[in-house]
Order: sequence, then structure tokens, then C-alpha cells
Amino acid sequence: MRVALRHRLADRGIDRHLLLLVPAAIFVSVLFIYPFFYGAGLSLQPRAGGGPLANYQAFWADTYERDTIWITLKIALPSALLNVLAAVPIAMRMRGRFRGKRLMTTILVVPITLGTVLTAEGLLNYLGPIGWFNRVLMALGLTDEPVRLVHNYWGVFFSIVITGFPFAFLLILSYLSGIDPSLERAAATLGAGRWSRFWRVTLPLLAPGLATTFCLTFVLAFSVFPSAILVGEPFGETRVISIAAFHAAYEQYDYAMGSTIAVVMGAVELVVVAVVMGLRSLLYTGPTGGKG
Amino acid sequence: MTTVDRRRVVARPGAWLVWGVVAFFFVNLAALVGSVVVSSFGTRWFDTWLPQGWTTQWYGRAWGEFDVLDLLIVTLQVCALVVVISAVIGVPAAYVLARRSFPGKRLVTLLFLLPILMPPITYGIPLATVLYKYGFAGHLSGVVLANLVPSVPFVILTMTPFIEQIDPSIERAARMCGARTWQIFLRILAPLLVPGILAASILVLVRTVGMFELTFLTAGPTSQTLVVALYYSMSAAGIRAQQQVDAMAVIYTLMMLVLLVVALRFVNPTQLVARVKDEPE
Repeated sequence: MRVALRHRLADRGIDRHLLLLVPAAIFVSVLFIYPFFYGAGLSLQPRAGGGPLANYQAFWADTYERDTIWITLKIALPSALLNVLAAVPIAMRMRGRFRGKRLMTTILVVPITLGTVLTAEGLLNYLGPIGWFNRVLMALGLTDEPVRLVHNYWGVFFSIVITGFPFAFLLILSYLSGIDPSLERAAATLGAGRWSRFWRVTLPLLAPGLATTFCLTFVLAFSVFPSAILVGEPFGETRVISIAAFHAAYEQYDYAMGSTIAVVMGAVELVVVAVVMGLRSLLYTGPTGGKG
Repeated sequence: MTTVDRRRVVARPGAWLVWGVVAFFFVNLAALVGSVVVSSFGTRWFDTWLPQGWTTQWYGRAWGEFDVLDLLIVTLQVCALVVVISAVIGVPAAYVLARRSFPGKRLVTLLFLLPILMPPITYGIPLATVLYKYGFAGHLSGVVLANLVPSVPFVILTMTPFIEQIDPSIERAARMCGARTWQIFLRILAPLLVPGILAASILVLVRTVGMFELTFLTAGPTSQTLVVALYYSMSAAGIRAQQQVDAMAVIYTLMMLVLLVVALRFVNPTQLVARVKDEPE
């Protein structure tokens, strides 16, 4: 009888090998799922008293806090979109084999190594009012006084592009290399030109990969924290939601409020990811596509 | 003939535009990095094209005052522990996900995907609160535990496609010859998996060295990594000379660059997601 049960379970794919999965599952449950619910529970126990939803009401009632959502989306959505859209034509050119391809890829990936602080220092030095960029602009007579590019929205935007672009590029290049090149050649033999080959063959196959890349770069941009403080305007134009969460938890020591903002942040992010993934599921995701 | 010619002419401006944009990006990026490097070697630099004089004293000072050696040791300890533990936990799970189908597989995959899809601050704040509650945070163990949260899923997600492309008949042959599961793992799979494990480990290493938020939220004074120390020294403006922070940032970037160049020797970046053979042309 025992043997029979074991066999029946094995037929459905349950056997001792699944034990290999246990450490990872326990790990993620203990260090990710449990803290998540702990934080969600904490957010329902406001420090100041009131009903369980008092923290959420307080967050929503305070425009200074509520606006952080729009501020974050206003930074994260355009920069993620730019990273993905700029990476596509460059990755298209980098397909196939040519001399110096490895060098080019390496150079394109170098910004990953810069780190937040060097990027921030560099942006302050280079784009600041007396930096090289403004000097060149003034020397060329394009502008009379320095353009303000740091300690505002644009500083954060540039820092996201610098750190996010190489990542988007690598992923898209990888998805593009996964598309069977003979499909494009087949289209060419049927008389399709460059543009129609791109629009009607490559792009539909690449689209699911683009959606995934957009989600991952969006997550990076959405969680922007150090650069929003270092090159942004952390009490005004770039007070992103992660700053609000950190401020509540570690400067006012209101962990309940900090968890509340973290939960709101996660919810907003998941909504965007869910919308993009929902659109993606309408697309073709068979073999030879940009995988996904 | 004429159509071919016209197509080439039409294609040209697009190509030039793309390479022009890339070149513009790189000129600015090089100038950005250059300005930090120049600043870290300069004496006084204010409202001129170049600093007034050149010096290497900032590097000496950074090395002395920052306790760079301590920071490096802590960073290395954290990274080594994170890499080893995430590989030990992640690779077996990746094996099961690659080879088996079982009820609830999609749910388990989603469970492993979530920590990568969520912004670190979102789960970092509750996680840090929990770690403080149980007395882990503020020590090395807390930093390692927090950094493992995105690393384990990362190993699983990069190793799963790698294991999928290993022919399962090799394992079946070994089992036919009487090998037990642990023997298959150690003597058959491990040697085949070494390149994949190495690649995943290096990527985890690069991510962990650069991971700011989680370390920032859980580190105590003696368990800071290099990024976090850099951030503190930059945000507490006025305490240290700006050039000294620049010098530290350059040291950090050089370290990351070495890691990345090593990583690119083992990982073909175009094959991260989809494994394909290079086109024979």
C-alpha cells in the first residue's frame, strides 16, 4: 500500500528529489515572506493609535507623502522607457560577428562598475555649474549662464540612465541573439525590406523580452534611493517614495509608518509590473522568440 | 541593382545616428569618470578647466583615514559568505526546477522571482526590523542574511537555464550504472556545472559588492561595506575633502572593474538569458 502511494505520487512528479528544493523554499519563506507579512502586520498597528488602517489614511491624507508616488513614477517610467528604447537599435547593430565586438560589449557594460557614489560625484563634478559640460556649452556660445542639471530631477534621471542602460542593453542583446536569424533571412527572400523585417518579424518576437527588460529596469529605477539623495533634491522635486519610507522608519523611528510606505511602494510597483506583464501575455511567446 | 543601392543609402543615416548617439553617450560618460579621476589627483580645483596642481596625497589619506583595509576585509567576508551560501542553497533548487515538473511549480517559481522583482527598500525595511528584533542586524551575520535574499533567487534563475541545456541522458546513464543521487551530483553534475556556478557566483559577487540599500539598512559601525562607507562620507559633506571621496570612489570602481573583466571572461554577456550557438558566418 505504501509502495503504491509512493508510486502514484512519483507519477505526479512528487518524489525525494523535491527535497533539494526545501532549503531554498525555507530560506525565501523565512527571510522574504515572513518579514513581508510582519511588515504588513506592523503597518496595521499605528503608533499613534486609531483603526488598523489609520497609517494608510494618514499617508493618503498628507499630500507631502502622497505626492512621492507620482514623483517616483515620473522619474522611473520615462527613464526605464528610454533605457529600453535606446538599447534596441544599439543591440540590433551589435548582433552577429564583427571585429572588436567583445571590446564594444565590455565598454557598454563598464557603467555597471561605476557604483552610485562615483556616478553621483561625477555628475556633480561634470554637470555642475562650473563643470566641464557647462564650460563647453558656454565656450561654444550655446548658453550664457550655466544650465542647472544637478540637484534636481535631471540629475537623478541621468544617474538612472547611466546605471540602468548597460543592464537593459545586456538583456536585450541576449534576447535578440536568441531569435533565429534564418527567420529574418526568410523574410528577406520574400522581398521584405529592412523596416518591414524589423517591424513584422524581429519586433513581434522581441516584444516579450522587451516587456521583461522594461519591468526589470523599471524596478531598478523605481527603487532609486541613494542617487535621489546625492544628486537630487531630496526634500523637494526628487523626494521619491523610498526616501519617504526610510525617513519614517529611521529618522522618526516610526516602523509602523515606514512599513506602511514600504507596502504602498511595493503595491504601486507590482501594479505597474502586472500591467506590463498582462500586456506581455497577449504577445507571442513560443520557441525561437526572445524567450521570456 | 538600383534597389540594393538605394537600400544601402537609406540604411546609412540610421547607422550613423545610432553610432553617433552611442559616441555622445560615451564622450559624456568618459568626461564624467574623467572629472572624478582628475579631481582625485588635483590639489585645488575651482572655476578652471583643470586643477591648480597635481598630487597623490588624497589616496594616501583615504587609505589611512578611511580604514580602507578594514572595509575591504568586511566587504570580502560578506561577499564570500553570500556567494558560497547562495550557491549551496540555490543550485540544488535550480536543478529541481530545471529537471522536474510537479504540482505547484509555477507558485514556487513565482516565490523565487518575487525577491528580484521587488525594490530592495520595500522588503529591506521590514526585513531589517525583523533582523533587529532577533539581534542579527548590526553585525556581519545580519548583512549576510539580508544580502542573501536577492542572491539566492538570482542564482536559481541564472542556473536553471544552464542546467536545462545539460543532456539529462548523462544522468540516466550514471543511474543505470548504479550511481546514487549524491554520487550523480558530486561526480557527474558538479564538474559539468562548474562553469555555470562560476558565472553565477561572479555575478552575485558583483551585485553584492554594489548592493547599497540592504547593507545600508542592516549594517552596524563594524559591518559596513565599501559602498555604504562611501555613501556616508559623501552625504556627510564637509567632514572629508571632496577629493578624498573621489579617490575612494576611484578605488572602488577599479575593484569593480577588475571583477567585471574577470566575470566577462567566464560569461558571454549575450548568452545570459538565451543560450544559443554563435552563428557560423
